Amino acid sequence: MTSYAIFLGCTIPARQPNYELSARKALAKLGIELIDLANMTCCAPPPIQSINLEASLAIAAYNICLAEEADLNLITLCTGCFESLSIANTMLKADKQLKAKINRILSQAGKEFLGSKEVKHYLQVVTDDVGLERLKQNVSKPLTNLKVAAFYGCHALRPSELLKFDDPERPQIFESLIETLGAKNVEYRNKLKCCGGLLRGYSDDLALNMAREKLVNTTKAGADCIATLCPFCFVALDIGQMQVKLKFNEIYDMPVLHYSELLALALGIDPEELALKTHKIKVDKVLNKII
Amino acid sequence: MPEKTQPKVTKQVKVIKANEIDPRFKYEVSKVPGAKKIMICFQCGTCTADCPIARFSDSYRPRKLMRMTQLGLKDRVLSSDNIWLCAACFTCVDHCPQDVEISSVLRALRNMAVKEGVMPVVFRDLSSNILKTGYAYVIPALRLRKREEQGLPPLPKASLESIAKLSEVTGFSELVKKKKEESE
Ligand code: SF4
Ligand code: SF4
Repeated sequence: MTSYAIFLGCTIPARQPNYELSARKALAKLGIELIDLANMTCCAPPPIQSINLEASLAIAAYNICLAEEADLNLITLCTGCFESLSIANTMLKADKQLKAKINRILSQAGKEFLGSKEVKHYLQVVTDDVGLERLKQNVSKPLTNLKVAAFYGCHALRPSELLKFDDPERPQIFESLIETLGAKNVEYRNKLKCCGGLLRGYSDDLALNMAREKLVNTTKAGADCIATLCPFCFVALDIGQMQVKLKFNEIYDMPVLHYSELLALALGIDPEELALKTHKIKVDKVLNKII
Repeated sequence: MPEKTQPKVTKQVKVIKANEIDPRFKYEVSKVPGAKKIMICFQCGTCTADCPIARFSDSYRPRKLMRMTQLGLKDRVLSSDNIWLCAACFTCVDHCPQDVEISSVLRALRNMAVKEGVMPVVFRDLSSNILKTGYAYVIPALRLRKREEQGLPPLPKASLESIAKLSEVTGFSELVKKKKEESE
């Protein structure tokens, strides 16, 4: 059994029990233990970095310190958290001066950043710690016939030099994990482009144009659903479809599922346990295809 | 007789006056972590060509913002709404042949704009949420209550005390509060 300190962030506990439930249940089934540490805060994402970089690095590092104290590596579900924490972790490990500066700030909260731990996204954990072979053996309800459009979002892949997640131009991790569940991966145009999630609230017009493009292209490719890795992408594409309908008068009815939900279903976890009602776009079409 | 057509008004190109230029600006920006390579942007335009925002926006052009920064057009850059449009997708960072971390430069510019008193509402709201609750997005009390019934473990509390300390020493809380009072 491999153990990780889970970093949940805010968006998932605030509005996506479907993500948290499916991830916790599926990872437990795969022998990954998640430990909830006290005191974890916000990851200080790009909008906060925009206000004050030092404060953001200190806040991110504070959370890494908690994991260091518990002698655990961190696992995130949200790719936004993955990116913010990884950037802080890598920047501080690489730059002694910056590390010293942030440590002076952290000492006010009784912490010291050592740089002894890793930040991982759960997709990496499933790939590296579980492995495709063992994952396959655990699939009891293969998602045969399901055509899935993988949407990485931005913050798993880029900046690639800092995150080292996968080849940023031709990533394979996600596609392989989808196919291991027995589903079919479908390719679509402009797959690696941003969904506009971070612009929601600042420029809804741009954000909706970007989300709409995903819906157009995945529909054209004949996908049954889009699979996501990030709660923001999920909001942009799931709830976003309601807004796209109002703005463009177009209905896509494209179910959006987190990869963890597909994983949980394929591992035979009862859909009733997964809070699937959280989805604005009903997932019945997907369930009917696989059950 | 047909009416005389008005001469076509072409868009006025704003002249850059020497006193608008702050020659120290690019050096200031380049000192911020991640923004060093602003100095070597050679204006190839890859960033704008690959930017998902520029595809849908008429005004957002990262290449132009890099140039304006290099030229020292401090006031124009810092007061521009455009610097807040970057979605931090990092495509440009991956593609820039000069390794300029465009989004880190924009982050540095935003930090400077904030110091000059500019902070768009959403950004301010997210920041004050952190000070109040420890999280950028507020977790509704109802969701916390429902966790157990849904089979989720209780959510450990965020350390507001630590957030308060870190925000105070870095000046983050002051920036956020100051703006708030002004806008109220
Ligand atoms: S891609 Fe890099 S070098 Fe080219 S214009 Fe953009 S910042 Fe400058
Ligand atoms: S990081 Fe910002 S500027 Fe660069 S491509 Fe993405 S949205 Fe455009």
